Amino acid sequence: MSLNIAVCIKPVPDPDYYDKITIHPVKKTITREGIPTIINPVDKNALEAALQVKEQFGGKVSVITMAPPNAEENLREMLAMGADEAYLLTDRAFAGADTLATSYTLAQGLKKAGPFDLIFTGTESADGATSQVPAQLAEWLDVTHLWNVQEFMVEDRALKAKMGMENGYINYFLQMPALLAVKRSINKPRYTSVMGVMKAKKKPLTLFTAADLELNPELLGLQGSPTKAGAVFTPSMARKGQELTGETEEIVEQLIQVLRGAGLNLETLNVNEAGRE
Amino acid sequence: MEFFQFTEEQEMLRKAVREFVEAEIAPHAAEWDEKDHCPVELFPKMGEMGITGIFVPEEYGGAGLGHVERAICLEEISQYSAGLGIALMTHHLGIAPILYFGTEEQKQKYLPDLAAGKKICGLSVTEPAGGSDFMGQKASGELKDGQWVINGRKCFITNAHVADVDIWAVVTGQDEKGRALMTAFIIDKDTPGHTTGRKEHKLGLRGSVTGDVNCVDVVLGEDAVLGGVGKGAKIAMSSIQEVGRAGMAAIAVGILRGCVEESVKFSSERILYGKPLNKLQAIQFIIAENRVDYEAAQLLTYRAASLKDVGKPCATEFSVAKLFATEAAIQAAKRTIDLMGGYGCINEYPVGRFLRDAIATIPAGGTSHVQKLIIAGSTIKGK
Repeated sequence: MSLNIAVCIKPVPDPDYYDKITIHPVKKTITREGIPTIINPVDKNALEAALQVKEQFGGKVSVITMAPPNAEENLREMLAMGADEAYLLTDRAFAGADTLATSYTLAQGLKKAGPFDLIFTGTESADGATSQVPAQLAEWLDVTHLWNVQEFMVEDRALKAKMGMENGYINYFLQMPALLAVKRSINKPRYTSVMGVMKAKKKPLTLFTAADLELNPELLGLQGSPTKAGAVFTPSMARKGQELTGETEEIVEQLIQVLRGAGLNLETLNVNEAGRE
Repeated sequence: MEFFQFTEEQEMLRKAVREFVEAEIAPHAAEWDEKDHCPVELFPKMGEMGITGIFVPEEYGGAGLGHVERAICLEEISQYSAGLGIALMTHHLGIAPILYFGTEEQKQKYLPDLAAGKKICGLSVTEPAGGSDFMGQKASGELKDGQWVINGRKCFITNAHVADVDIWAVVTGQDEKGRALMTAFIIDKDTPGHTTGRKEHKLGLRGSVTGDVNCVDVVLGEDAVLGGVGKGAKIAMSSIQEVGRAGMAAIAVGILRGCVEESVKFSSERILYGKPLNKLQAIQFIIAENRVDYEAAQLLTYRAASLKDVGKPCATEFSVAKLFATEAAIQAAKRTIDLMGGYGCINEYPVGRFLRDAIATIPAGGTSHVQKLIIAGSTIKGK
């Protein structure tokens, strides 16, 4: 049994640069310019899962992302880790997409590059963290899907998978084609070897623009995004010192007044008249 | 000098090695230093990564890359554990003569396991009478009934007790002017008469084994001769010059980067007079000096390595790099300790280890004074 496997990845802002991230005041989207990206950490677990399936059953692993052109570097990293080929969906028309428009575009890309027997994603992205794309993507593709997968086994053209719940798990049987959104505890992603780095350059990386895909323009980018962000603001992190003077009792009185003034409900913290004795 | 710039692949390789180092080496470096444990268990993992056989051609199981890539690996590892750095660098130092001077049979026999990190290599040259007096060695090899009988004691040998394959240089005769003729041999660790002796308790570069290796009537066949009878001096010297000093320079570059990062980290986190320490000019001067030393050492080291990779003469360039990088590492570690005040003397921070490691890089591959003799010699000759 040879399987055609896809892994969807997302480049996310490097956590080392989180303090440089700003939010566009009008579009209310994250301004990513000048912020280096890393591969969303759990997406490496998704690739590891795909590589393990390929090693067991044979086949091919393709990684796919919808991102700006510089995501080529992230895809090369995934090729170095062991993926066989990569697809980058990039076009100005895709910009400003919410999860729905993203999942639609990814689905159209997967249809063009596929068909795939198995699709892996991570459970969520480190930046948006909505967890919506896996299910939406599977619905666009009309394939079975499961989220928060902590363990799975491939048997013939079916899957046994364990979906993590808050206090346990549920076992599922799925038919391929299927999409699994895996959680981080599912495996430990392998290290990228020196040999992998050298091979990555020679592996195929295909660019798809809007013109290469069969697309409904109304479902793309900002236009195809029903999500409308409300008020978005950056909280002020500035600190201001204020010196309280007087006898200890007086200072405590003042402190309580200040805390109350700042909106802290001291009663719920059991700080009341009796508690002060 | 040719302008040096890392390729896209080299940058990716650095990133891949860094991820490995941060997960497998950084968390244990302090413990290896404290317990003086050489993590031999990491060699097979480094083999899978392609690090142990980085410049070994693919046909012998290596990654098929060059000495720039080797320096990248050593720098990344030594930023956290210069001790493991020298163990790995010595492994490469033993591999190099087999690769560059060995017969096809010797390469087939030894390189695949060494490249895979399944076996560890060492090079035994220094003797109790002195390392710099290279031609005054006492270890001997005698040809008796078609077999070589090796006797001698080697000391200050890195990987002494962990090496599976040991390259020896011994005196096997004299030329017409009465000068020692040396021959190199490949010795498997379990060969009868090949034993290890005392293990040194070192100031720095702990986490690597340094000690004595002895040969008492070790009998070897003709197939153990490396590069031909009488070629030992050339083999040992070129390996030490272009692989040993290269490695020590790269290790010092790693220590220097450790100093840059620790000085930035500490001075950003430590609040004094109500603001981070790095707002003080005197502290900024230290950070700037650390960075300049790091970049200068890095450029010198990678320039020499890139010359080696294109087959140009590079022995003097490696001496320049080694002299500068190792001495700069000592100064940077001392400066970083100064920056940290009392905390610099606390072993929870790695800078004390950086200083001990930096000091220990000086004698390995020839002291600073020896490097100066080499550099002056070739400068006077106009080379």
